[in-house]
Amino acid sequence: MIQTRTLEFAYPASPPLVFPDVDVAQGEVLLLSGPSGCGKSTWLALVAALVAPTAGQITVAGQSLQSLHGAAADAWRARTIGFLPQKLYLSAALTVHQNLAMAQWAAGVAQDDARISAALQALGVQGLAKRLPAQLSGGQAQRVALARAVLLQPRVLLADEPTASLDDAAAADAVGLLLSTAQHSGATLVIATHDARIAALIPLKNSGQKGFRPLNLLPGKLQNA
Amino acid sequence: MKTLAFAWRYLWARHLGAALNVLLLSLGLASITFLLLVAHQLSNAFDRDLAGIDVVVGAKGSPMQLILSGVLHLDAPTGNIPLKAVNDLKKNPLVAHVIPISLGDNLQGFRIVGTSRDYVHHYQASLAAGALWTKPMQAVLGSITAAKLKLGVGSTFVGAHGLGTGGHAHGDNVYTVVGVLQPSGSVLDRLVLTDSTSIWKVHEDFTALDNEDRKIMEDEREVTLALVQYATPMAAMSFPRWVNTSTEMQAAAPALEITRLLKMLGLGTDVLRAFAGVLLLTAALSVFIALWSAVRERRGDLALLRMLGARPAKVAALLLCEAVWLGLLSAVVGLLLGQGFAAALAWFLQLDNSLLIGGMVWPPELALVPALALSVSVGAALLPALGAYRVSVLELLQTR
Repeated sequence: MIQTRTLEFAYPASPPLVFPDVDVAQGEVLLLSGPSGCGKSTWLALVAALVAPTAGQITVAGQSLQSLHGAAADAWRARTIGFLPQKLYLSAALTVHQNLAMAQWAAGVAQDDARISAALQALGVQGLAKRLPAQLSGGQAQRVALARAVLLQPRVLLADEPTASLDDAAAADAVGLLLSTAQHSGATLVIATHDARIAALIPLKNSGQKGFRPLNLLPGKLQNA
Repeated sequence: MKTLAFAWRYLWARHLGAALNVLLLSLGLASITFLLLVAHQLSNAFDRDLAGIDVVVGAKGSPMQLILSGVLHLDAPTGNIPLKAVNDLKKNPLVAHVIPISLGDNLQGFRIVGTSRDYVHHYQASLAAGALWTKPMQAVLGSITAAKLKLGVGSTFVGAHGLGTGGHAHGDNVYTVVGVLQPSGSVLDRLVLTDSTSIWKVHEDFTALDNEDRKIMEDEREVTLALVQYATPMAAMSFPRWVNTSTEMQAAAPALEITRLLKMLGLGTDVLRAFAGVLLLTAALSVFIALWSAVRERRGDLALLRMLGARPAKVAALLLCEAVWLGLLSAVVGLLLGQGFAAALAWFLQLDNSLLIGGMVWPPELALVPALALSVSVGAALLPALGAYRVSVLELLQTR
């Protein structure tokens, strides 16, 4: 599902970030760990075709990203990538339902209320559809943001620091929710984090650390739904 | 459509700020609306009332005063001219038609105009009831005069001396209303029309000491002015000069005097236009600041839209649509406010039976108002929209 080879990205006037090669199959979970500034966000941006690598190749869901630019990249991202940011960015001006409708608008697909309801129901927040984000608890807001991320049934779900500033119990809930949602939708899940607790929360078949720097990657397949 | 709907929700999420922006923009647009309405209606009123009148001949004095008093019935006349001199004008080969106008009395502020029936025909006015006068002391009322004074065919009244209320009542000479005109939109709507003879009779009865005195007055009858239509356009070259140099009268060309009047009024409208310009500029700045702040506040939201697949142009369009809403709302409020200002002016002017200007008139020029509103709001939104266009998702990912 995600394959990278000799991937590099250089910010202006900075030494290039050199990423290890990665192979992640559909339905697998990739844990991108490492301290702040090690390149996790850049890796996510590269895989989402938001920036182009300065060297190397990326293939996501069978699509080579080198040939994707501009509107084509945007359309591909809308179809392929779901995203759960650390700060959830639920629009305060819109209700929960409208936030999801806006995701459909952004992706350029017709508003589908039935699909929005189904996504909310799958995350157990269907009763909150008419509420504004300010009326949600932290956990509810994260569920809504996750519903938005999987609304268009992406093949890759990117989660950026999903447990930041959560206590142990809430972090376990958040990771459990991500894993079950990804498995339910059949998406490949990438979690970018510097939170050491997450590795322990993921029940991996193959959790042997691959041992490269500055990114720590923990590829593996979910053992249980 | 969805973009407009989302933009509306974003805009109304900051309803106080949005309302203030709309108000600020609306005030500028209302001033423009007011100016356009007044200019349009003044121009129409002048065109309508001056149509077919090539020159006005009256007593020497201010030519503009002559036009204002004799054609538009707004000012006091410059004096009187001999009836004989007016009859001589009719014999001039350069002159096609002469309509005498005698002023001096009023009915509760509405001017009583002694004239010939040609005056009614000149404005192509038709009767709503009754008939035109056939003998002295019969009167035909303009539509506004009849409506305001609640008079109709068969009603009687006495005139008062002077052009405004409060003059001596000519109680011995009673007018009978024989006709009421249909509304024509012309100056006739706010007049009381009668035969010139009526005016002479009222004043001769009032001032003549005896029959001999009356005979002298009849021989020396006067009118206030004469509306003249040329027999040929060439007459414009020589006729006014002849009147001004060879007679005791003056000739004033309405077109020239009205141009002069509008030029004088232009100073006032320029000030109002400049004021409206300052308001619009302030509004544009305010819209700019509001949308610029919105982009800064919603940087994350906008970046997320990019992450969800929205093209940069689509994200920028969301901002521009907010500006479109601001422009459209302001245009509606501005147009209604401007119409309200014009209606208020109309109310003041009607108090002294002055020009027929009103609100709720929709000349095509008013299309400028929404166009201006959208130009200002969208123009002010261009830079914020560019900011939205360039919003960086990488920045969003790297923000902790």
